[in-house]
Amino acid sequence: MKVHYKINGKDYEFDIHPGKVLLDVLRENGFTEVKGNCYMGTCGACTVLINGTPKTSCTVLAAQINGAEITTVKGLGDILNPHPLQKAFVEKGAVQCGYCTPGTILAAYALLKENPNPTDEDIKKAIDGNLCRCTGYVQQVEAIKYAITLLKEGK
Amino acid sequence: MEKQVIGKNVEKIDALALATGQPVYADDIKLPNTLHIKFLYSPHANAIIEDIDTTEAEKLPGVHMVLTYKNTPQVYHTTAGQGWPEPSPYDTCMFNQHVRFVGDRVAAVAAESEEIALEALKLIKVKYNVLPAVFDPEEAMKEGAPIIHEENPQGTYDAKRNLVAHIEVKAGDVEKGFEEADVVVEHTFETQFAQHCPIETHATISYLDENGRIVIRSSTQVPFHVRRIVAQVLGIPVSQIRVIKPRIGGGFGSKQEIILEEVCAFVTMKTGRPARAVYTREEEFISSRTRHPMKITVKIGAKKDGRFTAIKMYALSNTGAYGTHGLTVASNTGSKTLPLYNKAPNVEFVADVVYTNLPVPGAYRGYGATQGYACLEQTVDMVAEKLGLDPIAIRKINHIRKGETSPIFEALGEGREGVVQYIESEAVDKLLELGAKEIGFYEKWGKKVRNGSKVRGVGMSLHMQGSGIPKIDMGSASIKLNEDGSVNVLYGGTDIGTGLDTVVAQIVGEVLGIDPKKVIVYPSDTDITPFDKGAYASSGTFISGSAVYNTALKLRDQILEVAKDMFGEQDSKDYILKDGFVISPRSGKRVSLSEIAYDTFYVKKQKQIMAVGSFVSESSPPPFAAHFVEIEVDEETGVITPIKYVAAVDCGVVINPELTKGQIIGAIVNGIGYALTEEYKFGENGKVLNPNFMEYRIPSSRDIPEIVPILVETYEPTGPLGAKSVSEININGPIPAIGNALYDALGIRLGSSPYTPDKVLKALKEKRK
Ligand code: FES
Ligand code: FES
Repeated sequence: MKVHYKINGKDYEFDIHPGKVLLDVLRENGFTEVKGNCYMGTCGACTVLINGTPKTSCTVLAAQINGAEITTVKGLGDILNPHPLQKAFVEKGAVQCGYCTPGTILAAYALLKENPNPTDEDIKKAIDGNLCRCTGYVQQVEAIKYAITLLKEGK
Repeated sequence: MEKQVIGKNVEKIDALALATGQPVYADDIKLPNTLHIKFLYSPHANAIIEDIDTTEAEKLPGVHMVLTYKNTPQVYHTTAGQGWPEPSPYDTCMFNQHVRFVGDRVAAVAAESEEIALEALKLIKVKYNVLPAVFDPEEAMKEGAPIIHEENPQGTYDAKRNLVAHIEVKAGDVEKGFEEADVVVEHTFETQFAQHCPIETHATISYLDENGRIVIRSSTQVPFHVRRIVAQVLGIPVSQIRVIKPRIGGGFGSKQEIILEEVCAFVTMKTGRPARAVYTREEEFISSRTRHPMKITVKIGAKKDGRFTAIKMYALSNTGAYGTHGLTVASNTGSKTLPLYNKAPNVEFVADVVYTNLPVPGAYRGYGATQGYACLEQTVDMVAEKLGLDPIAIRKINHIRKGETSPIFEALGEGREGVVQYIESEAVDKLLELGAKEIGFYEKWGKKVRNGSKVRGVGMSLHMQGSGIPKIDMGSASIKLNEDGSVNVLYGGTDIGTGLDTVVAQIVGEVLGIDPKKVIVYPSDTDITPFDKGAYASSGTFISGSAVYNTALKLRDQILEVAKDMFGEQDSKDYILKDGFVISPRSGKRVSLSEIAYDTFYVKKQKQIMAVGSFVSESSPPPFAAHFVEIEVDEETGVITPIKYVAAVDCGVVINPELTKGQIIGAIVNGIGYALTEEYKFGENGKVLNPNFMEYRIPSSRDIPEIVPILVETYEPTGPLGAKSVSEININGPIPAIGNALYDALGIRLGSSPYTPDKVLKALKEKRK
């Protein structure tokens, strides 16, 4: 069957098997910035924004969200023009292996959209579903706080 | 000398690529015509395959190959990616007729898609002769127990008793030492099976290059060992194989194994097509590697004044169905722990490493020291209590100091004799003092502050580890100078997310006096970069970093030689390299590295300025760490909550504080998971019951306490620019430190990790009796 999405602002049409989850459809079509492995909604690596809300793309049937707007980490910024969150993660040592990073940054992005002045607890809660085995989270939380400053300064 | 580049928070060089989702990992590139590989696993813990029928599976459209023991090389090898000759037994075949744990590989299908491969797996018919299985190492050593490796593998100690290895090391006379002691304490502690859980699972793709050589792009910590072992298994020369390490999504030891590479390469070799295998999270739990569970007994004798007279440690290690890393992990249980208390003149370490029909442990951050410290550091607290000393005081009396040695260093290495070693840098007393101050140890210890059913306690533990394997681990590099004064560094080392590439750029930048942004690092590609043993044994900064350092010094000499000619001076001894210039303080003359490169490329004495260098260490200088934790235990629920965790760490000269902090905190959180929640649950038949993140709980952002890393700098003369290692040591603290804090809070000691609420409640009930 055919599905249409707007991904990072551009229109796409994919011919998919109706049983496929969004994660696989995205990766098969070159959106490899979306990571994944648990397929149970428990690691958060596959997080994307669907119509602005963070969702684990491994638990969403691709067919079900026909017409949706999807944002991956590439939609926030790229290597030449990174988003403040991406810059902050780099600067604050919050990227180690980086495998969890795209998902975590998207979860943080959604949080800051909704609540530009979160507490540490709010931040931890927002990224609670994004497991990271490398950083121990401390530098991620620091990075998100730093990104708030960058955003306020309009950087 | 003034530091220009090291000690600064240089941004991790690949971090922006990772944060913006560039296609950098093994499975991020897609090759046309790829065959997807999926595996069939044994449902039995111990069985012989009597018959395997793959005809139906082969007939399924889209299936290209079904692999079993019948059509794959029966080459016994070890999956442990270690230096050659490997200290692990040759007990594994790509596929074997004898399957030895639930999750052992029976067959694989290579098909046009994963879906087809999975369909085909269902069509494979296997008849098993199910044999009795054994799960407990004590049982497995007894007469009459099933013999798990009847083929008597090369490198096992006694296959008839399922003994992969037996280690015995003695210094002095422990029995005499215990007789002389005023108090003797003996304590037994058991640690559990656990998984590394890198967020990227194992992933390998392979393909033929235009000349028909096999290229393997794999999420591995040990590309050069992969090349050697795959060549061995496939029976082809190493020159036919190229291994590329892309960015790696974490490893922690689990990717120091050859698991998917040989299968992919075999499929590519047979079909000429690209092949891809990626483990699911479940496969990662059942079929990749785990941590060696151990039962450890420590006995310590001490004089009234606190000085130890004897220490004896016995470790019983369960190495599951295969002996990968069995001997060396158990060696480290003694060799990385016992020298810490070198005031004891009588020391004995004995270990047995035993096959059972359970999943396969391998290398895991901490590498046996984690298990050893879990028991040792609680026993030390017990001795202190008997003597009326506090935990810090007893450690201050007994710990090893700068300039000192321990007989264990020489007696016990990684699976063989060790090397004589003196401690060249150490700041243990300072670590103890700063850590104690930060947590408020003396204000809180023994106070049992209560709030309703919740009681607070503090605990601590002390640690050392090692940096690289002496006289075995070798790293090398080559560096060349470019026209703009930048350099290309090709080195064999393997950054698996730790930031090693950045550390390398900083070391080179420091030696050459250039901005690390001008250091272009290309790591570990077996065709292009020189050799390196890989990423393990806390060796990245120490071994690979030293290799790069040595090479940079050679390049520097060549640069100075050219500068001397350009200046028309006699010698270059006092020249300074700074900000991309060579400066002669004598004459005030200066020339940029860029000008030097232009000159040597196009003008005079034309040549490429380029150097190759290697490094192998005579020693394994230990980093040290003192860990302190404050916890809150709920007597009603049994739940332990860490409130604050402090790690004071001596890792020599700090090359990059932010990256160092990241390694410390990451290891602590991994260790807290291991101490409190992470464990394999097995069914009666040896099946893993919780192979997913829902039921196997690793810490999330909301599970972590306040964590304070304190970096205490020393200068390690054997390390690059004074550095030693930091990545492994900090996983060792949480079990003993939390265990000691639990005793401080409630007066109970649990006999095993993880410290789950049910165990706490049970111990409390027993105490009240
Ligand atoms: S792959 Fe989707 S949450 Fe893990
Ligand atoms: S940085 Fe490796 S999993 Fe988060």
